[in-house]
Amino acid sequence: MKTNRYLLSILVDDEPGVLSRIAGLFSSRAFNIDSLSVANTTEPEISRITMVTKCEPHIIEQIKKQLNKLINVITVNDLTDKKYVQRQLALIKVNAQPEKRAEILRIVDIFRCKIVDVGLFHYTIEMSGNSDKHDAIISLLTPMGIIEIASTGTIALARENGR
Amino acid sequence: MKLTGAQILIKMIREEGIDTIFGYPGGAVIDIYDTLAKQNDLKHILVRHEQGAVHAADAYARANKSVGVALVTSGPGATNTVTGIASAYCDSIPVVIFTGQVPTALIGNDAFQEVDIVGITRPCTKHNYLVKDINKLASVIKEAFHLASSGRPGPVLVDLPKNVMQTEIDFKNPGKVSLKSYKPNYKPNKKQLNRVVELIQKAKRPVIFAGGGVILSQASKQLTSLAKIANIPVTASLMGLGAFPGSNPLWLGMLGMHGTYRANMSIGNCDLMIAAGVRFDDRVTGNIEKFAPHAKIIQIDIDPTSIHKNIKVQCPIVGDCKTALKGILQLMENKIFNENATWLDQIKAWKDTTPLRYDQGKKIIKPQFVIEKLYDLTKGNAIITTEVGQNQMWAAQYYHFNKPNHFITSGGLGAMGFGLPAAIGAKAACPDKLVVDIAGDGSIQMNIQELMTAIESKIDVKIVILNNQYLGMVRQWQELFYDKVYSSTDMANAPDFVKLAEAYGAKGFRCDRPDEVESTLSKGLNSKGTIVMEFMVDREESVYPMVPAGEAITEMLLV
Ligand SMILES: Cc1ncc(C[n+]2csc(CCOP(=O)(O)OP(=O)(O)O)c2C)c(N)n1
Ligand SMILES: [Mg+2]
Repeated sequence: MKTNRYLLSILVDDEPGVLSRIAGLFSSRAFNIDSLSVANTTEPEISRITMVTKCEPHIIEQIKKQLNKLINVITVNDLTDKKYVQRQLALIKVNAQPEKRAEILRIVDIFRCKIVDVGLFHYTIEMSGNSDKHDAIISLLTPMGIIEIASTGTIALARENGR
Repeated sequence: MKLTGAQILIKMIREEGIDTIFGYPGGAVIDIYDTLAKQNDLKHILVRHEQGAVHAADAYARANKSVGVALVTSGPGATNTVTGIASAYCDSIPVVIFTGQVPTALIGNDAFQEVDIVGITRPCTKHNYLVKDINKLASVIKEAFHLASSGRPGPVLVDLPKNVMQTEIDFKNPGKVSLKSYKPNYKPNKKQLNRVVELIQKAKRPVIFAGGGVILSQASKQLTSLAKIANIPVTASLMGLGAFPGSNPLWLGMLGMHGTYRANMSIGNCDLMIAAGVRFDDRVTGNIEKFAPHAKIIQIDIDPTSIHKNIKVQCPIVGDCKTALKGILQLMENKIFNENATWLDQIKAWKDTTPLRYDQGKKIIKPQFVIEKLYDLTKGNAIITTEVGQNQMWAAQYYHFNKPNHFITSGGLGAMGFGLPAAIGAKAACPDKLVVDIAGDGSIQMNIQELMTAIESKIDVKIVILNNQYLGMVRQWQELFYDKVYSSTDMANAPDFVKLAEAYGAKGFRCDRPDEVESTLSKGLNSKGTIVMEFMVDREESVYPMVPAGEAITEMLLV
């Protein structure tokens, strides 16, 4: 069966052990997590988890129900078929030999990224955008020689109605 | 009012209406035991192994229709409870387990007898807590009982650091529990209930399939009415036995791997299945693709995750079984339902041609015969607990349960060693009832030490050991599927169970002749005190029908 990419935005109690309950649920039921990001919300006792998972349509139903069953999970919002904005942040350290510098700067410019660290032979680039942009810039920089990448999971919020 | 943590714990347990708990002391809970000794409200039964405490609490909950409580120390005391917790979790039984923990200042330091029991039991509890702050103790305990007993019930563990038990605070009773993220949905959707009635009216070959959820929501009466009004035959999972009277002509017997021929055939041929409080375990469905291939399926369950998990259903109903069945009965008023005569005739034919059967000769006792005699002598009124294996299946097949909460078995986990502590728990809850553990010679040895608990606490239980000198159920698989290589299943090296019973201070009777089965049972059941009755049964008797793993449930091996 065909697998799809699903984007879940989950509000949870900000308590020790909550992440382990969620991770445990996924591992014990053989669900897979593509990316995960956790952060505080404006409410002190609530955190938001944004999760990307790839699975078959009937599995996502089980995942959502199982998440909802956890006592510390407050809401599970499936953004997949809704209007939402999503971002991923990446820091990309790329080999920058003098003859390649101009081209790298051009790519950085086209993708509206920033150079956040410069050395004699490298640039570190900050990129923020959706996962397509993430993949695109990486494929363009790969020929230059990527030294290291650190990137966050996707974060997302639903768009407000009336836009 | 100034109270210590230990005093708050006991007070909160009492407020839940619980009069008996099961436990075992140790350093981390010594303050609680000290407090227990200085009060008379709450009775404590000292088990001989912490696994026994949880099984006993599990059976107490089932027999009493309330919550069971176990209390154990940190470290090994806590880890010894894990099998009991996992069993209660699989069977959705409301149990609250209190474990001692090292003082908060030592947590995380690999202190003596420190284990992360909250971490260990995360996947086998409905929820669990570590209470680090005495000010939260009362509300956490209240929440624990609420979670254990509401929605789909299950075990909840509360880990109690020693210093929290010692600290004194001004006690304030916590108000009602309100959890923003936990609101089980009891009320089913009305439209769906209307659909149920339509589907029943249209059906030509309907079957009701009852599970443990019917017993947990105390919906047997409604289920029985539904069956009678609409002439629908009823089968049940192992956990559902007793939800519908076993003596009613509409009763099909148990479903599944060791289900009756007519129950399995009915599911294979029905055009409508009303599944209530079941989760479609693989022991019930066999090959999923071939399960109820002609049926529309209605599934009632309070846990949304049970629906569409293993089986696709056409009419899902999320809600409490009792509320849903009541709603359906109301909508059925003044409506006419089919007689289903052809269908019921077909089922009768299946029963007549292929009943449950065994041949009791003159020489060797058949285990099924012992259970039938037990049923006759107790008139079906005993609470039956079981161990695991063939003994459990024969109990399920040959003891006819007419009432709910009278069959107490480790269904989902299948934990050997369950039956004896469970019998003690059930008897503690229902002192006026006869409680019988139907045991195997292998399983009984897994928690045999609990005989001492029964004797010490004067909780009289009757133990019927079907001694085939084998780990019989495994031997049966080896016979059928592994060329009779009886690898590590011969149990002929066994203690003398009669002497063992006597060593504990119980009485023991042995029987090896068919014509003495009845008199031995009668003597054992009518003697005071805890009694062990050992029946030397046919060593290589097997449980039939049997559906080989992975086959359709209509593909049964018969005797
Ligand atoms: C704790 C545990 N260990 C192992 C098993 C696997 N097992 C299932 S049935 C069985 C045999 C039980 O033997 P006995 O109690 O003599 O019952 P019989 O089948 O002979 O009636 C075994 C070993 C189990 N269910 N539980
Ligand atoms: Mg045996």
